[in-house]
Amino acid sequence: MQATAPIIEFSRVNKWYGQFHALRDIDLSVARGERIVICGPSGSGKSTLIRCINRLEEHEQGVLKVDGVELTDDLKAIETIRREVGMVFQQFNLFPHLTVLENLTLAPMWVGKMPKREAEERAMQQLVRVKIPEQASKYPLQLSGGQQQRVAIARALCLTPKIMLFDEPTSALDPEMIKEVLDVMFELANQGITMLCVTHEMGFARSAADRVVFMDQGQIVEQNTPTEFFGHPRNERTKDFLSKILAH
Amino acid sequence: MSAADVFEVIPSRPPPVATEGVLPWLRRNLFSDWKNTLGTVIILGLLATFLPPLLDWAVVNAVARPDNAACRAIGHAGACWGVIAEKYRLILFGRYPYDEQWRPLVATSLMTVLLVASCYRPFWSRWLIAAWVVVLAAFFVLMMGGVFGLTFVETARWGGFPLTIMLSTIGLATAFPLSVAVALGRRSRMPGIRTLCVLYVELIRGVPLISVLFMASFMFPLFMPAGMTIDVMLRVQVGITLFSAAYLAEVVRGGLQALPRGQIEAAQSLGLSYWQTTRKVVLPQSLRLVVPAIMNTFIGTFKDTSLVTIVSLYDLTGALQLALGDSDWRKFFLEGQLFVAGVYFVCCFAMSRYSKWIERHLNTGTRRN
Repeated sequence: MQATAPIIEFSRVNKWYGQFHALRDIDLSVARGERIVICGPSGSGKSTLIRCINRLEEHEQGVLKVDGVELTDDLKAIETIRREVGMVFQQFNLFPHLTVLENLTLAPMWVGKMPKREAEERAMQQLVRVKIPEQASKYPLQLSGGQQQRVAIARALCLTPKIMLFDEPTSALDPEMIKEVLDVMFELANQGITMLCVTHEMGFARSAADRVVFMDQGQIVEQNTPTEFFGHPRNERTKDFLSKILAH
Repeated sequence: MSAADVFEVIPSRPPPVATEGVLPWLRRNLFSDWKNTLGTVIILGLLATFLPPLLDWAVVNAVARPDNAACRAIGHAGACWGVIAEKYRLILFGRYPYDEQWRPLVATSLMTVLLVASCYRPFWSRWLIAAWVVVLAAFFVLMMGGVFGLTFVETARWGGFPLTIMLSTIGLATAFPLSVAVALGRRSRMPGIRTLCVLYVELIRGVPLISVLFMASFMFPLFMPAGMTIDVMLRVQVGITLFSAAYLAEVVRGGLQALPRGQIEAAQSLGLSYWQTTRKVVLPQSLRLVVPAIMNTFIGTFKDTSLVTIVSLYDLTGALQLALGDSDWRKFFLEGQLFVAGVYFVCCFAMSRYSKWIERHLNTGTRRN
């Protein structure tokens, strides 16, 4: 593998939900270490797009390659890809019956076949990274939303993924908790991991992203550097969208 | 206080003390308004009417000695508990040879002790499974005999409480894993497996347990190759297992469906395989959601084992009929029925309480605080 080859490559990817054409001729290539923010109105296919990357959604046409492996029905390939791709969900999706520490060690122990002690050490390192090592023995529902989301980030990091996907990570949070999650994401962004982030946090897009991708009706309508994207949007749909979310 | 006042934290105070004592409690709960008072008076009136005669019959005038003449003398004025004193061994152990009845007693006690121990969560380990293997082996050696100098007792003579305990314990222990497999199968992506599981559940649920038992004991042997027989006890046991597994499978499926999709997605996104996801994420959560419904089915199955009398196996209720076959005591069937009902009630009530307890203990973490 050349280091310069894209780590994610969509070529003319299409997907339908029944009759609804959710992704239309998606072409997108992501370089190693690139940080991309995807935005757009709801129902535009942002989440579907990033959920295709770890095969939580199956694309029906086109080619999607992640780290040189093409995603097909091959279960082994899918499990390999999933080990390299961490994902953070809008609703956190922590396992409520396990403690924070057990949430973090589950995958390393069962997927990575790591001894318990080593998995716990690594979990604690990740908890330090997201600044809540003191919550290790609590259950997820005993934490605040912001803390839960940080645990979810730490959980995804425990398998040392090459790619991190964020699916509206701050949308379910109270305003005063958004910052603590964004802070953790900023730090990650500065550590060279490839990131794809569906979010409406335009401040984050401006300062952390290399590229902003705007989607509407299942298509990529416009993509550019944050400066250009926010300063000189070209497409009418983009202008309209930005005028709505940046109005205040 | 003006709006510009400095914010000060009000120290937390204990909640107001509730008015305690008997009288305030009575007033609040029994006589709070005229409707409540009327209800209380009606209930007290009913109790005053029916309780004294019941007590007269069950306690005051009752005959506790196994004295047939005294029982007949008292007539309907008092209960004849003597029938139980006289016949308890037949009721509890059925047609098992009288001199050997210590064997079912020991076997059942062993199994009961282990059942109770199995309810306690810290004991859930590999050792418990080993203990079950040992106890089940001991149970069958004691009941069946034929080795270690114990005389052989054919399964047709097993009966009473040991039979009830055996059929329900083994039935539920085997039905539970089967039901989980069937419930998972019904949600499988593979159409073959899915259809098979749906067919199984719908077929079994579509017929009464009595039919299943009949088929197990009378119809099944017709399809066996000549000369090959399977013990009727085993066939009935399999029938009970298959029957309760179909019901349990639907309960478990309810739990599976209640689990948010995001839980499975999170597990998948971490690279967990289907079986790892099922075992570590799906089942622990789904099963604890349906503990009350599972226990409901367990209690139902426990009582349904009484239907085996239909194929001439004498469980607790069947053994009672045997005991009442004695013309001297036949008159006192009511007392016998009450006794058997009491035994069932104790078992079922214990299961019900346990369900409540285990539900609370399994839910650590899924509640706040």
